[in-house]
Amino acid sequence: MKFLHLISVNLRRKKLRTLLTAGSFMVALLLYGLLMTIKVALSGGVDVAGADRLVVLNRVSLIMPLPISYKEQIQRIPHVADLTFATWFGGYYQDMKNFFPNYAVDPESYPRVYSEYLLSEEELAAFRADRQGCIVSPPLAERFGFKVGDRIPLEGTIWQGTWELNARGIYEVSRGEMLTSEMWFQYDYMEERRQFFKGTVGWYVVKVDDPANAMEVATAIDTRFRNSPFETKTDTEKAFAAGFANQIGNIRLLILSIGSVVFFTLLLVTGNSVAISVRERTGELAVMKTVGFSDASILTLVMAESLVVSAVGGGIGLLLAKFFTLGGDPTGGMLPYFYLPGRSMLAGFGVALAAGAGAGIIPAVGAMRLKIVDALRRV
Amino acid sequence: MVRVDGKGSGAVVELRNLDKKYYRGEEEIDVLRGLNLDVDAGEFIAFMGPSGSGKTTLLNLIGGLDTPTAGTVRVNGDEISALSGRKLAAWRARNIGFIFQMYNLIPVLTAFQNVQLPLLLTGLGRAERRKHVEAALGLVGLSDRMNHYPRQLSGGQEQRAAIARAIVTDPKILLCDEPTGDLDRAAGDEILDIISRLSKEYGKTVFLVTHDPMAAKRASTVLHLDKGTLLECTADGQLVCGTEEVRR
Repeated sequence: MKFLHLISVNLRRKKLRTLLTAGSFMVALLLYGLLMTIKVALSGGVDVAGADRLVVLNRVSLIMPLPISYKEQIQRIPHVADLTFATWFGGYYQDMKNFFPNYAVDPESYPRVYSEYLLSEEELAAFRADRQGCIVSPPLAERFGFKVGDRIPLEGTIWQGTWELNARGIYEVSRGEMLTSEMWFQYDYMEERRQFFKGTVGWYVVKVDDPANAMEVATAIDTRFRNSPFETKTDTEKAFAAGFANQIGNIRLLILSIGSVVFFTLLLVTGNSVAISVRERTGELAVMKTVGFSDASILTLVMAESLVVSAVGGGIGLLLAKFFTLGGDPTGGMLPYFYLPGRSMLAGFGVALAAGAGAGIIPAVGAMRLKIVDALRRV
Repeated sequence: MVRVDGKGSGAVVELRNLDKKYYRGEEEIDVLRGLNLDVDAGEFIAFMGPSGSGKTTLLNLIGGLDTPTAGTVRVNGDEISALSGRKLAAWRARNIGFIFQMYNLIPVLTAFQNVQLPLLLTGLGRAERRKHVEAALGLVGLSDRMNHYPRQLSGGQEQRAAIARAIVTDPKILLCDEPTGDLDRAAGDEILDIISRLSKEYGKTVFLVTHDPMAAKRASTVLHLDKGTLLECTADGQLVCGTEEVRR
């Protein structure tokens, strides 16, 4: 604690340099935070996927349907605790640019399997009783000003025409990061009006009795429908979300590449700044050693300066990124999951500290190895 | 008592057969050659000699800032030439006070904070540190300037702050490397008064490197260094010891 003042005055002696170095950390970590937010957004909710849910798709492609008749067959497979299904509808509200995810779902089982989306008994009953009923998410309701009881005309893109829906509920969520722009409406309503793919669903969602049995159930489902006209591909919901994200591109590689460039640039910028700072203070460091500061304490002081700059700059950058994401999806629904996860912030802070340590270590070792006699001669 | 013949014993500073060489590329430079010195506690020694004669090098060896090429340095019974870097740093903090020609205060710290610097390495609490710093600054007559930064002090005041920093841990030995070299006569005299007082009233063993005969006169013993050898100047002005060549 008694050395904090020394660290503080050394950082304040060239305020502009310290500010610019901390600023480079701030910008880099702000960029990192936004990249991680976009990664989460494009990953389509990998982080909020349930560990006990499996998604059953057509083996050929995500856009190919599966027969509705599979429902009973899947239900009979051991360890299947519950089952629901949904179909991607692809509608928009009033204008093409007002696009948001909307699905035709089974009104009985879907809210049951996705129990983390909270609806009141009244809303559930109203949704189930109204064939044209729909449930909207809070961000969607806020975006278009939907209220329970509103009539919502949806323009179909796959199945053409205007689909009149009635808002019967707005769900709540147990975790903020689950908030996404989406709408559910009754499968039966779509089924009776659509012109093709009748008797099919887009995908099944299977809830297993124990996450430990997930792979066993997935194998059993795929085995059950092998060599049928509609072979299945079953995966955990997390893997499904990740696979969906990978259709956009290798986001992880992209983030890693940008992150590496930023990290390396930070190392150079900060390393140079600390090295200059140490060189300017050669005489002072020699005096400190003369009065009894050990090599280790000199190393620690220089490292601490570098770490403080990285922690403060990086911390502010991450907080700014978090603050930005609190405003919600800036695209108005194109990025349904828009948040910066806490563990990404922690990882970012770790990266900032690592960059600070990496940048400080060479000048710090140089300061530690400084020979007092040589340094004093230069004063 | 001061001896340069290597025959003393029980002195506070005891140098034996001290060699120090520097290397400039392929060239080997003998700075000190087979030097012996015994200095008792409370002595005030002045080292004089031409530039490059090894005065500062000798001071650095006594203070544990440098290590000899050969020979031993024993201070207060500790053979410091055998101590590791970490132990040597701790030893310096306890036993030695350094005063430099250019003061070497840290510009971003006030006089108080500069003087407090060596105390940060001790286990003293904040209040105790303050007491020690105030006492040291009081002793050099700088109590009214303790919150001033070095740039707000005159050269003489800066050097007084540097003396306070050197004595704040109450070391037995003070090493002064041309402490008046950058000061005018009046300010230099003030500094020498303080150093003399520290020797006489507080019993510090003082080693003073100087080119100034007036400054050297303050010392109880003047030792001349030439070509790496020590010569003692006796009361009648005769040089004793050293090689025949140097004496001639």
